[in-house]
Amino acid sequence: MANLKNTEKKSKSQSMGMHTEVLTGRTQQKFFNPDEAENFFYFGTYDVDFNKRTELDVGKMTAPEANKEIDNLMSQGYGTIVIKNPQGKHSLGVGILNKLNLIFEGSLGYFGMGSCDGPIVRINGRVGWSCAENLMAGKVVIEKNAGSCFGAAIRGGDLICKGSVGARTGIDMKGGTIIIGGDAGAFTGFMMQRGRIIILGDVGINLGDSMYDGTIFVGGEIGSYGSDAVDAELTKNDQDWLKRKLRVAEIGENFDVSKMKKIVAGKKLWNYDNLEPTEKKGAI
Amino acid sequence: MCGIAGLIHRGKSSNVGSELQGMLQALKHRGEDSTGYALYGDTDGKNFIMRFKVGENVGEGSSSVMEDVSVYDERKKLVDDTLREMGAKIVKEERVLPYSLRYEIDYNTKDLLEFSQKIESIPGVEILSMGKSLEVIKDLGNAKMVCDRYSLDKLVGTHAIGHARMATESGVDIKSAHPFWGYPFSDVSVVHNGQLTNYWNNRRALENKGMRFMSECDSELIAVYIAQKMREGASLEEGMKDSLLGLDGVFTYFVATKDSLGMAKDTMAAKPLVLYESDDLVAMGSEEIAIRSVLPQEIDTYDPFDGEVKVWQI
Repeated sequence: MANLKNTEKKSKSQSMGMHTEVLTGRTQQKFFNPDEAENFFYFGTYDVDFNKRTELDVGKMTAPEANKEIDNLMSQGYGTIVIKNPQGKHSLGVGILNKLNLIFEGSLGYFGMGSCDGPIVRINGRVGWSCAENLMAGKVVIEKNAGSCFGAAIRGGDLICKGSVGARTGIDMKGGTIIIGGDAGAFTGFMMQRGRIIILGDVGINLGDSMYDGTIFVGGEIGSYGSDAVDAELTKNDQDWLKRKLRVAEIGENFDVSKMKKIVAGKKLWNYDNLEPTEKKGAI
Repeated sequence: MCGIAGLIHRGKSSNVGSELQGMLQALKHRGEDSTGYALYGDTDGKNFIMRFKVGENVGEGSSSVMEDVSVYDERKKLVDDTLREMGAKIVKEERVLPYSLRYEIDYNTKDLLEFSQKIESIPGVEILSMGKSLEVIKDLGNAKMVCDRYSLDKLVGTHAIGHARMATESGVDIKSAHPFWGYPFSDVSVVHNGQLTNYWNNRRALENKGMRFMSECDSELIAVYIAQKMREGASLEEGMKDSLLGLDGVFTYFVATKDSLGMAKDTMAAKPLVLYESDDLVAMGSEEIAIRSVLPQEIDTYDPFDGEVKVWQI
């Protein structure tokens, strides 16, 4: 971590617009300094080799024990980890900030794969509430169903559920793509700000309620539209993008995207234009 | 927060006491102020089983006032006298704890309203459940503590519902604990996770129709609401569907009767529920780990959608 007492670094990063806060006391804030190579790496990340594979049975572990062991395996360079017997435990696989090929042979409970940035994850089971919350980048594929708040506040990456999902999918999402093979519950896309949601099946009431921005594509029936959500024209570009995205996601083969509905925000409700952290990285 | 769990075996009986204990213990992080079981045991169906309390548990963080055990004895005697006056014969009597009793009663009636009103007119006495199969057991502490205290792990039956409670809007005591008996209906019980925001309006309306409330816990309203709908001729499922409109707030709840188990989820879908359904077993809980305690193998589960009502028969 950078030395917070170094006022030169602090003013330098502030002048670059990386942050504006005046910080006092202890903080986890990591200041960005392009002159320091160390700052191009996240704290707690590892260089892993996808060809180095191992299995981890978490059946008798608590979630913190399991997550520590995943971290330990990554520190040894393992790039492909197969998790056995997750048995619906909460908070498994959270906070992985590097590339990793992670496979769960079973179902996860709440908050699985939360706050991740980069891993490619396949869950051969179901997930509970708030799967992949705050995902920054990477890909998470769920083979069965998912609970409510699926992909809450994600900022990037692809989140794919081949089954059905509960209510408030993509709530507050700020980027990335969520793809649902089955149906979705009420308040899908509630207060979403950016990104795209694709639902091949039906969706419940109040779709896109209070959405600021972003786009929702629906293949089936819509229970009802939320406040400020309106239909938009499905363009050729939209269809091409949908076809490509579904093909990459290995979902909805032969699905006729030309009949999908496109829903967007009816009003400009927002007044902000700051770049997201991932976009800042890209800009640099 | 609170956690709820339930299961129903279809076409067979099982050790539902032990199974529900495992499910509720898996949810103990959702609240362990109190835990309650509504167990539908295998019986010959001849006698009523009455679970009742003559006092409160004053230990384990209770908000209740300590009373002398002699007070419990006096209340018990009054209950015995009242039963005798009504022509009800106590076939079997178990005093599980000084304040908690289980009676098997030979009594021929279809109207438990008058019966219950007479028993509960004795100050400090509350019927926890009344039925030919239902037994509601609730006390302070987590699922294992309550199960051990009442020796529930060997109870065999067809279905059960239970509740792990984090007290938020009413006291830490047995009277506020779930499940609630669907007074005055035989063998009806309810557990609930959520908050009801039109509790007082509904309560006043139902009290005007002669229904009784024993606590100030909003969840009790569901039991009374459903019971009133059934009094008016609705089926269990019809009463539950009606509740989605009549009850305001966020909720997921289970209702059980002698031969069925139902679930309802509010139109906001704000409270969690995970469901497993097969030909011979339905198991559901606030979290998947509850189901995993009885089905550790990989299974297909799902979240019911908003406004969904489902009922299963044994």
